[in-house]
Amino acid sequence: MSVLVIADHDGKHVRDTTHKTVAAAARLGDVDILVAGKGVGDAAAQAAKIDGVKTVLVAESDDLGHGLAEALEALIVPLAAKYDAIVVPSTSQGKNFAPRIAAKLDVAPITDVIEVIDASTFVRPIYAGNALETVKTSDAKKVITIRPTAFKPAGEGGSAKIEKIDAGGGAKGAKFISEEIVKSDRPELGAAKIVVSGGRAMGSAEEFHKIIEPIADLLGGAVGASRAAVDAGYAPNDYQVGQTGKVVAPDLYIAIGISGAIQHLAGMKDSKVIVAINKDPDAPIFQVADYGLVADYKTAVPELMAALKQAGK
Amino acid sequence: MKVLVPVKRVIDSNVKARVKPDQSGVDLANVKMAMNPFCEIAVEEAVRLKEKGVVTEVVIVSIGPAQAAETIRTALAMGGDRGIHVQSDTDLQPLAIAKLLKAVADEEKPNFILMGKQAIDGDNNAVGQMLAALLGWPQATFASKVEISASSAKVTREVDGGLQTEEVALPAVITADLRLNEPRYASLPNIMKAKQKPIVAKPAADYGVDIAPRLTVLKVTEPPKRAGGIKVEDAAALVAKLKTEAGVI
Ligand SMILES: Cc1cc2nc3c(=O)[nH]c(=O)nc-3n(C[C@H](O)[C@H](O)[C@H](O)COP(=O)(O)OP(=O)(O)OC[C@H]3O[C@@H](n4cnc5c(N)ncnc54)[C@H](O)[C@@H]3O)c2cc1C
Ligand SMILES: Nc1ncnc2c1ncn2[C@@H]1O[C@H](COP(=O)(O)O)[C@@H](O)[C@H]1O
Repeated sequence: MSVLVIADHDGKHVRDTTHKTVAAAARLGDVDILVAGKGVGDAAAQAAKIDGVKTVLVAESDDLGHGLAEALEALIVPLAAKYDAIVVPSTSQGKNFAPRIAAKLDVAPITDVIEVIDASTFVRPIYAGNALETVKTSDAKKVITIRPTAFKPAGEGGSAKIEKIDAGGGAKGAKFISEEIVKSDRPELGAAKIVVSGGRAMGSAEEFHKIIEPIADLLGGAVGASRAAVDAGYAPNDYQVGQTGKVVAPDLYIAIGISGAIQHLAGMKDSKVIVAINKDPDAPIFQVADYGLVADYKTAVPELMAALKQAGK
Repeated sequence: MKVLVPVKRVIDSNVKARVKPDQSGVDLANVKMAMNPFCEIAVEEAVRLKEKGVVTEVVIVSIGPAQAAETIRTALAMGGDRGIHVQSDTDLQPLAIAKLLKAVADEEKPNFILMGKQAIDGDNNAVGQMLAALLGWPQATFASKVEISASSAKVTREVDGGLQTEEVALPAVITADLRLNEPRYASLPNIMKAKQKPIVAKPAADYGVDIAPRLTVLKVTEPPKRAGGIKVEDAAALVAKLKTEAGVI
């Protein structure tokens, strides 16, 4: 089988999600990667190093640079003729264009795959991760999105050839206007080894800054939030962890003032170690927490900071 | 302007889904059902656009068994004008749903389609994008703000990293994210009024599109359970555990 992986990148760097997607795609067959964007030379060079990649295809245009789904459709649908499977990381960007391509190819997309059983059988979570379904597709061509947290990244020792291709027809009917991207020196939420998340208990954006960010920084981790904290404006939208936000699976997840609704658990219950700080001993978050601390965060978090510093952090 | 709003009946978002012991699926017998939360948000947005005078007609469509008509009725009570019930007793997959919705859109010729980004049962997050592709329309997914003008829509989208604003030419498909609005509760008078609003029913097979499943569900299983954890006394004990027992800091 020949597989085309669509790279996830920020323009300059290929994200770790791409390495994980390549690892999943390699279970299906030979992997080529498409790096689509604008000014993506460095990202393409990085993609060429990923183990197991045969060819890196590079397509550049303004519309692709903004990741418009219509432009990606115009580019990828003709390319799909040569491949048995199109495999895409399940990021907000991947979720946006992959089903569009599937429909054009008259293929049933298989979204958020967490396990590849064989070339046509896959496992995916449903009902906020409360059930896992194993599906077998009868489509000859496959369009699959991969949940990156479920796969170990492919290594970097390859030297694929890089080939420039035409950018395709552009984004018919859609135009990029602007974006507000949250700039941060912290690791990316999806890839961080440690994630510290705050919930509604924070009560204000100032408190969220004051309480959650310092521990995240002390531990070199990323910052996450519950939907309630995001809805209330304490944290930006892309911090949301959960069924409809980001899925994370760090080594350590610390939930502070988060109750543990099923929709939140859907985004973090595959973390290796879960810590919960909540003043309600019956909060459902304690059912998934390895270490639970029943306490008011207002005293517990400063104490935790002090204890971490004492432990050499 | 006419807007078409597809809505799905799903398990209530407060209910935890349970896997059937024979692994054939999720047990929905005697489980509380409701309109998919993202579809509610789409209905709310459509109704607000009507209240602002931007939209003149809100058409609700749902594909599903007899009870899907109740979900349409709920949307009509929120302010929808009329309903289309595409009847199907089997659970259809996103590709089939998208094809049926395209057939409905071809008949109705709406100026745009507003729908949920994701149904919380299958968690596919696919139908809107597929419908846009089949219609050959642009799409604006995961909307947290929508401004409709005569020939285009300006949509702010929730993306990894923050927000993106794009403009799509109408007709287009727009899918709603959580923060687009807070749906209203239908008032009693509006619930009564909704009973008089028309719902046309038509079997899915009559649309003449290929709705055969492409995916076979081999089994549905429970995810691995986490082993129970412990409660720690205080912050110092927690740090000690994280360092020596868990080895994560
Ligand atoms: C369709 C849909 C999708 C959703 N998607 C998501 C999603 O992706 N992610 C998500 O997170 N949610 C999601 N939700 C929302 C989810 O159901 C919950 O409403 C939300 O997670 C609650 O956030 P919270 O835990 O911060 O708030 P709450 O449930 O209000 O919990 C606050 C917690 O803080 C504790 N607390 C209060 N004060 C203190 C204190 N001083 N010290 C210590 N603890 C304190 C309380 O005991 C309580 O447990 C979704 C809901 C729906 C319907
Ligand atoms: N059976 C259905 N009837 C009407 N609309 C549906 C149906 N299934 C899905 N949709 C629409 O498609 C959206 C996304 O669903 P999904 O792609 O299945 O996650 C939902 O929010 C609905 O607006």
